[in-house]
Amino acid sequence: MAAVDTSTVAGPQTRVRPRGASRRDAWQRRLPLLPALIYTIVVTQIPFLVTLWYSFQNYFFDVPGGAHWTGLSNYKQVFSSAAFRSALLRTVEMTASAVIVAMVLGVVFALLLDRKFLGRGVVRTLIITPFLIMPAAAALVWAGPMLDPNFGLLNYLLQPFGVHHVAWLSTHALGSVIVVMIWQWTPFMTLIVLAGLQSQPADTLEAAKVDGAGALATFRELTLPHLRPYIELGILLGSVYLVNVFDAVRLMTNGGPGTTTTNLPFYLYEQVNNAFDVGGAAAAGVVTVILTIIVATFALRLFARVFQFEGAN
Amino acid sequence: MSSSLFKLRTLGAVSCVAALVAVAACSSSGSGSSGSTGTNSNSGTVTVAVVSNPLITGQMIPLTQSVFEKEYPGIKVKFATYTEGDLRAAIEKDVSTHSNAFNVIMIGPYETPLFAKDNWLDNLSTQFIASDPGYDSADLLPSIAKALSYNGDLYAVPFYGESSMLYYRKDMFQAAGLTMPQHPTWNQVAAFAAKLNQPGKVAGICLRGLAGWGDNMAALDTVVNTFGGEWFNQSWQPQLTSPAFEAATNFYVNLIRKDGESGASADSFNQLLTLYGQSKCAMWYDATVAATSIATTYPSVFANTGYAFAPVDKTTSSGWLWSWALGIPQGVSNQGAAWKFVSWATSKQYDALVASKYGWAAVPPGTRTSLYNNPSYLSAAKAFAPITIASIDGTNPDHPTVNPVPYIGVQYVDIPQFESLGLLVGQQIAGAIAGTESVSQALSTSQSDASQYTPAELSAG
Repeated sequence: MAAVDTSTVAGPQTRVRPRGASRRDAWQRRLPLLPALIYTIVVTQIPFLVTLWYSFQNYFFDVPGGAHWTGLSNYKQVFSSAAFRSALLRTVEMTASAVIVAMVLGVVFALLLDRKFLGRGVVRTLIITPFLIMPAAAALVWAGPMLDPNFGLLNYLLQPFGVHHVAWLSTHALGSVIVVMIWQWTPFMTLIVLAGLQSQPADTLEAAKVDGAGALATFRELTLPHLRPYIELGILLGSVYLVNVFDAVRLMTNGGPGTTTTNLPFYLYEQVNNAFDVGGAAAAGVVTVILTIIVATFALRLFARVFQFEGAN
Repeated sequence: MSSSLFKLRTLGAVSCVAALVAVAACSSSGSGSSGSTGTNSNSGTVTVAVVSNPLITGQMIPLTQSVFEKEYPGIKVKFATYTEGDLRAAIEKDVSTHSNAFNVIMIGPYETPLFAKDNWLDNLSTQFIASDPGYDSADLLPSIAKALSYNGDLYAVPFYGESSMLYYRKDMFQAAGLTMPQHPTWNQVAAFAAKLNQPGKVAGICLRGLAGWGDNMAALDTVVNTFGGEWFNQSWQPQLTSPAFEAATNFYVNLIRKDGESGASADSFNQLLTLYGQSKCAMWYDATVAATSIATTYPSVFANTGYAFAPVDKTTSSGWLWSWALGIPQGVSNQGAAWKFVSWATSKQYDALVASKYGWAAVPPGTRTSLYNNPSYLSAAKAFAPITIASIDGTNPDHPTVNPVPYIGVQYVDIPQFESLGLLVGQQIAGAIAGTESVSQALSTSQSDASQYTPAELSAG
């Protein structure tokens, strides 16, 4: 009885603090962050508000007279535009396939790198290299020396196997761009999974061995569940970055041939740079941001639940 | 509760102040740049936006640094070099928003009259040429000068001018026992291409496939015109799915897919020049100016190159008319210095300078009558100078195809909407060339893109 009493009394006591002091405390903690917060607002929210304003304007660079108010007509056009829908689908397609393949390869490479062998440091550095190359430079190297139909290295290497002058960037444009995205992001996935592997306690693996579990069973029953949060993190971060892929599309295929590699970032770029449609591009941008927020919220909530579940285990 | 409201209010106030500061900064920078206009001194920095074609990157830019800047120590010239499509986007944005980042812009017969109409360009005739008799604008080729004029005044002056023609390898034709006529038809060319094509080694014919109205559409438009097709009929209704347009597009796309270079949907002038120079093409249909680059860069290929007029079908000539010309946007600073540069780069003295440095064959072609009366040039460029000037003279931008059309332009339609419409159609055609869609799909999408505009909007342009 007495124990219960003290706990009920002690509980509120620890929670209640003098209000004024707490507010001062809180502001003292926030004050050094304030310049950063203001800066963030200036560079992210003001451009967004300006974009929002432009999205209600009819404004073409090549039509003299400047901008005038058109209400919701830009948004109507975005939702009825087949080009926007196909760019949206293509973005999903490109991101999903690149992230999934990069993650599978990342797990494989990480498992191999987790073993001890001669020259492991060198191999690890080599595997990470693609991630350290500037995306624009990588795209140019792939588009020119690697994939050029007449002078490219890949066709030269495939010649003995009867492959002749394949124009990779026109006949397999989407595949080529996705391959470059995978090539660039596999190292990132490898690093994250490798970190997970190295944090795996050796004693559980030893116990599994003592219990007579095979390598495959150990991987499936112990290693994979242990890696799950790392894999999820890799997929989340990879998706966030790969949704925005622009360099590879712009420099390798310029969104083409036709519109086969036009994803949302490139579509927005084209609306401004080639169609000179500032209002339409702004509206498409706003819709894109809203869609991204919805998807990101769901993804984060899903992962939060997974993490809690893992924690409970 | 009240504390969070207070926080929100402070946050709002702070962001309002920040917004005001940003707006003030924007407007002050805007007024600053427009305030500095009207300076007419002959010194300062001149920023020039140019296309990355060989006569510019290989001659104009180095000669500007080694000769022009020494001659005019007060003037510093900066170049912004773009590919054709990027150049158009950069210039259109700069000029229409009056950002004035470029003191001199490289434009052509499409842009010049449209920009002049919008008051975006200086009238070169009245503002500069009138007080600069040494420039001799009467010497400019009449068809090129007309294409760069608005209401009879020049708004841009030509750096080089071109039509289109067919290049072919005399050695390959001889080995195959074929003869190229002076005025071939497209059917003859297709038959030659089928005979000469060796997959993986030499393409029967090299043609432009890169999406862009100045890229693949320039070449295709000349085929459409000579097949009797048109972009719009007399009442401004789009004709992209008409039988003639469809037949021409099918012909062009099938010719590339069957006997053209691989990866054509990424190729335009510069890529094809490299391919032709490396003996990867038996024929090449492109700008007449390429002859100058072949002569100077690939001498062994040049020795084996023959020239024929642009192939035809229903019309008697089909060459396009283009010029890369220099104009000065209205309201930019350092206008005097800008004209000094523009007049230098398009003068007879520049031609002589190029001749002394790189030989007469390397001189930018298609701008001045005097060049085609110059014995030194005619002997150095005897292989291609006569056909170049005859092709340029043979063009008729007012009447490009079989039927009368309401627009001006051989390989473009001189309305503002064509800048984006031409690209959209070019993308569809590039898709058809790459095989991602059929020609009829590509054209029906193009037709619906063109139908977004009402005839009233189009004719107002």
